[in-house]
Amino acid sequence: MLSTDNPKSKKFNLLQWLSSAIGQILISLFVPAITFFVLWQGYVFLSRAQASQIVLVIVAIVWGVGGVALLYLVANWLVLKLPKPWSKIMQPFVFVGPAVVIMGWFLAFPVVRSLIASFQNNLGTKWVSLENYIFAFTDPRMLETFRNNLLWLIFGTGFSVGIGLLVAVLADRSRFEVLYKSIIFSPMAISFVGAGVIWKFIYSYKGTGVGIQEIGLLNAIVIALGGTPQPWLTLAPWNNFFLIVIMIWLQTGYTMVILSSAIKGVPAELLEAARIDGANEFKAFFSITVPYIKGTLITVITTVVIFSLKLFDVVRVMTGGNNSTNVIANEFYLQMFTYNHAGRASAIAIVLLLLVTPVIINNLRQFNKERKGF
Amino acid sequence: MAKGAKSHKRLQSFFVNFVLIVICIVWMVPIIGILITSFRPSEDIFKTGWWKVFPHKVEMEVARIKLNPDVDTHGLMTIGPETSLIEGRDPKGQKVEYTGDLIENVTGTFEEFHKGVTLEDGRTLKWSGNRKSLELRVYDRQWVGFSTNLTLKNYKDVITGKNITYKDAEGRTITRTGNNLGGAFLNSLAVAIPGTIIPILIAAFAAFGFAWLEFPGRNILFTIIVGLLVVPLQIALVPILKDYVNMGLNGTFLGIWLAHSGFGLPLATYLLFNYISTIPRELLESAFIDGASNFTIFIQLIFPLSVPALASFAIFQFLWLWNDYLVALIFLGERNKTVTIAVAQMVGEKGQDWHLMTSAAFVSMILPLTVFLALQRYFVRGMMAGSVKG
Repeated sequence: MLSTDNPKSKKFNLLQWLSSAIGQILISLFVPAITFFVLWQGYVFLSRAQASQIVLVIVAIVWGVGGVALLYLVANWLVLKLPKPWSKIMQPFVFVGPAVVIMGWFLAFPVVRSLIASFQNNLGTKWVSLENYIFAFTDPRMLETFRNNLLWLIFGTGFSVGIGLLVAVLADRSRFEVLYKSIIFSPMAISFVGAGVIWKFIYSYKGTGVGIQEIGLLNAIVIALGGTPQPWLTLAPWNNFFLIVIMIWLQTGYTMVILSSAIKGVPAELLEAARIDGANEFKAFFSITVPYIKGTLITVITTVVIFSLKLFDVVRVMTGGNNSTNVIANEFYLQMFTYNHAGRASAIAIVLLLLVTPVIINNLRQFNKERKGF
Repeated sequence: MAKGAKSHKRLQSFFVNFVLIVICIVWMVPIIGILITSFRPSEDIFKTGWWKVFPHKVEMEVARIKLNPDVDTHGLMTIGPETSLIEGRDPKGQKVEYTGDLIENVTGTFEEFHKGVTLEDGRTLKWSGNRKSLELRVYDRQWVGFSTNLTLKNYKDVITGKNITYKDAEGRTITRTGNNLGGAFLNSLAVAIPGTIIPILIAAFAAFGFAWLEFPGRNILFTIIVGLLVVPLQIALVPILKDYVNMGLNGTFLGIWLAHSGFGLPLATYLLFNYISTIPRELLESAFIDGASNFTIFIQLIFPLSVPALASFAIFQFLWLWNDYLVALIFLGERNKTVTIAVAQMVGEKGQDWHLMTSAAFVSMILPLTVFLALQRYFVRGMMAGSVKG
């Protein structure tokens, strides 16, 4: 339409028109509208399309990543279009706004919303005062989960930190340090679901019968030692410990790596001085190394403790919480989906939050101490 | 004295390596077990443990003894060349010439032989069938080499969504639909790749804003973010699921990207803030003087400088998303199911299909293990920086 007799002058006119106030406003509305339209079309395509899965996945990736980048570009462009003082005030919000909105929606407000829901009935239609909390703190089901989580907390944390520390200290003195550490570390890449399959296979039990050979490693070892095979995962209360082993197997890599780097930070002269004073290796370890890495040790223990409180996948996959292996997070899941009791589920979530509150307070205190650039 | 110290050191080194090797073996065996199992045919898996693929001793029939018809089976019998004929058996059960040690002067009653009589050299004599058969079998524990009966069939079966057939414990042929792990693998990619990049992008913008721009509410907002670092995500599931159902986001990729962004953002923002705020001020000020806008500075200066921190967090988040079960279970569910959901379903439904479960578990582990081993250094760095989070 522009390509009539003199395109050059037309183009000039168009530019002039664009720079006029009304053109600016129109274009400021037009560009975001187009952006939203394009993104919306992408969304519709993804939710309706019958294309092959691989195409859908590629489109989803491009759409998702590209869409976010595009939104930032357009938002920034829009803000710069505003009059100078306004654009200066608004621009920081282009940067922090999306993050703040998303965190608010997904974490900050849900704290309040869950708190409200925890005082309501299963459908969220009636106030029930403390009923859900009475359930959460006195029901035998919940008491069982508390007991089990305590087991996870004590033994899971104890062993993964203990073995991690042992490996970190020993590997430091070996030529094959990297190899040993890689082996202990590699389960960290495996999902709890995958680890569930691995360990369920180890605990597998076929029962007694003519010609039956146990294919589970643990039962095979028991038989080789002259024992009788056991259905380990239904053997309450010991089955909890067989589940905790899985967490130890997965988490020791984490504690080992962090503690290892802390141990490398212990000055060699200090240890040497202790040895010259006649301390043996154990004494040197407990009087020099441990006090030196205390801070890291506390951080690691805290992290693993939080982890053991929120633990869900292992129990869900291995036993579903049956045979007295239930944990808090699994009971949350059951209340939410199996029993459709949003009120109780919310109360359990709040209990979890209360359990980690000391850590939150500590993080905030630490942050307040450290921030100088703020 | 010096010699004593040296041998002491050697002893110490031996002890250290011994303990570490034991721990490493305990750590490796579970993975090796399912790796081997995933390559064995289903009948073999049902019959014997995976360690049977290694050379081991097996009780095998090595010979057969035919008693002379005149032997009195009701009294004490003496077995030897005078009373019987012996013929050898090869591992496949075919008749061969007997070449083993002579069996002579073995005495016992029918009942004893029926239970089995162990010879001095470890071989066992066992009566086969009833009293009238007059036949004894000689068993010996013999070495079997590495099993070469391995297959890729389990992997093919578990990846496809079409019908598959395999043999069960009793040797019956089972036909059923495959678990379509190939599709689940693609879904996991579609969740994990944008689910990693999107929050990093958002967090990088936010970290820059918090570190370098002045605006009202900056302090309080960032303090809230620090407070959110260890909030258990269970707190969000009930309300967010309600929102998703209302908005039609449940089961969509967009929904799960947003959820993972929401849960990953506090840590990402915090880590990137720590990193970005250490970039020298002069660098940015000179750029400002050159007239660059905040956006240009961010894209051309901050973003490239932050790549190490971004990479560390990216690996962390990618592994977390790939291995996540809870969030995918709640927000994706049956529609667009991920690898973890598919594997968990197999464990729940078909508790004994080890040939499929082990290969499925391995398929689910290949990508994270590769990423992990290749980029371990970045991962460790991210982990150190993020060890405040729960």
